[in-house]
Amino acid sequence: MRFMIIVKATQDSETKFVPSDPKWEPIFAEMAKYHEELQRAGALLDYAGLQPSAKGWRIKYSGGKRTVIDGPFTEAKELVAGYTLIQVKSREEALEWTRRFPNPGLTDGEVEVRQLYELEDLS
Amino acid sequence: MTTSDAHRAIEAVWRIESAKVIAALTRMTGDVGMAEDLAQDALVAALERWPESGVPDNPGAWLTTTAKHRAIDTFRRSKLLDRKHEEVGRELDDRQQRSEHDLDAALDDPVGDDRLGLIFTTCHPVLSPEARVALTLRLLGGLTTDEIARAFLVPEATIAQRIVRAKRTLREARVPFAVPRGAELAARFASVLEVVYLVFNEGYSATAGDDWVRPALCDDALRLGRILVELVPSPGDPEVHGLVALMEIQASRLKARVGPGGEPILLLDQDRGRWDQLLVRRGLAALERAEQLAGALGPYALQGAIAACHARAHTAEETDWTRITALYDALAQLTQSPVVELNRAVAYSMAFGPAAGLEIANPLLSEPSLKSYHLLPSVRADFLAKLGRFAEAREELERAASLTRNTRERALLLERAKHLTPFKE
Repeated sequence: MRFMIIVKATQDSETKFVPSDPKWEPIFAEMAKYHEELQRAGALLDYAGLQPSAKGWRIKYSGGKRTVIDGPFTEAKELVAGYTLIQVKSREEALEWTRRFPNPGLTDGEVEVRQLYELEDLS
Repeated sequence: MTTSDAHRAIEAVWRIESAKVIAALTRMTGDVGMAEDLAQDALVAALERWPESGVPDNPGAWLTTTAKHRAIDTFRRSKLLDRKHEEVGRELDDRQQRSEHDLDAALDDPVGDDRLGLIFTTCHPVLSPEARVALTLRLLGGLTTDEIARAFLVPEATIAQRIVRAKRTLREARVPFAVPRGAELAARFASVLEVVYLVFNEGYSATAGDDWVRPALCDDALRLGRILVELVPSPGDPEVHGLVALMEIQASRLKARVGPGGEPILLLDQDRGRWDQLLVRRGLAALERAEQLAGALGPYALQGAIAACHARAHTAEETDWTRITALYDALAQLTQSPVVELNRAVAYSMAFGPAAGLEIANPLLSEPSLKSYHLLPSVRADFLAKLGRFAEAREELERAASLTRNTRERALLLERAKHLTPFKE
């Protein structure tokens, strides 16, 4: 079974995120340690951080038309800041791993976890 | 949380942590059987306390510390003053003193990773291959006896006995808990990789029973392989990367290998849109690591490279068969294996025509180890059919069908035999 851990953006990650800023160091260290644990358990498939929405864009679909809208986008907690893909044998195992996921935010933070569809679920 | 929810959560923690706990206890006691018992005791304690107190922040450390305390208690109570007690007793007394001082601090201590030592123990050559597989899956894979039994289609009691005997054998042979060194390391490590690939292969092309593949077994083997990559100290053995490359890429095809009715679909007939590109990517990355580390590629890396050739071809027609023949030439030289030689024959037929393939396959008819190997007649049948020698081809297909134990494969072979000649006899 595969699960995606979706790291939600925060105001800080959206606006105050300068990777070299020392205040992010403890979080980087925790994240690195956690992902190393996942890797040593053979459970890590992939992971990445996403650059802030100021550098991104959206494509809106409406009535057959497509519109490109440049970021930034204001609803920080609806935005995705990163993801981690894990491989586990059960939903409970996924729960346990994600329970250990470090707080991604400087103060408050949130992650959302969703199971991937497998091919047999879709056919 | 209900009790059963709590228990399921704790079982999940167990799956994640048990190998490290058992490994640490094996290092401490020198005996895998005792280590597993002590670890199980810790699990029982967890099942009693955690529903109330919640799962601790570092459950692995909690379980290990609890098991170690049990070990100390057991040794203290034991009336047998054997050499082990004397050796370990001193070590334990030190630990006992430290942990009595501050239990919380002990819980925060980073738990070391002794899994490499454990897997060298479970894959020790004093054990039979089946025993190594069962013990490794149990202690490192965290599979229950029942799960192992179902994976290999043998009764649960058989696996249970196999594991009990394996532990006894290790104890009686006084196998030390250690990562081998020097000249011994290469051979012992090859045995570890062999066990992992044995498990993978059983899931990838099940040798018996109704299911063509058992994906869960492939997942277990892949996980073990990925763990090994992390455990082996830098710069690492290129073959462990090669093995992981091979498994990732083969696993990428699992969804395409089985048809809607459970029937097997051969590589060249598979819908490549169903190949898992995440696994392909991981496999190619692992292969690159193997290639960067090694001078010449070893057998697993070579097989991985062959699998990579298929993975890179968007359609069967785009397959670089010439490159595959070169890889098989190298592999055949290294392994001297008749099965590899047969695969080399297939590659040659694809690159240079069926006559070239038959030339390599025919000498294998006198190979004793292939006497009951259904793929030899199956492959020869393919060459013969392409050369228009239909009667011989059908004979070979029927012979192949009689040799395979896998019911689905037998059906596939007989189907091919049926469609061989347009005229009924």
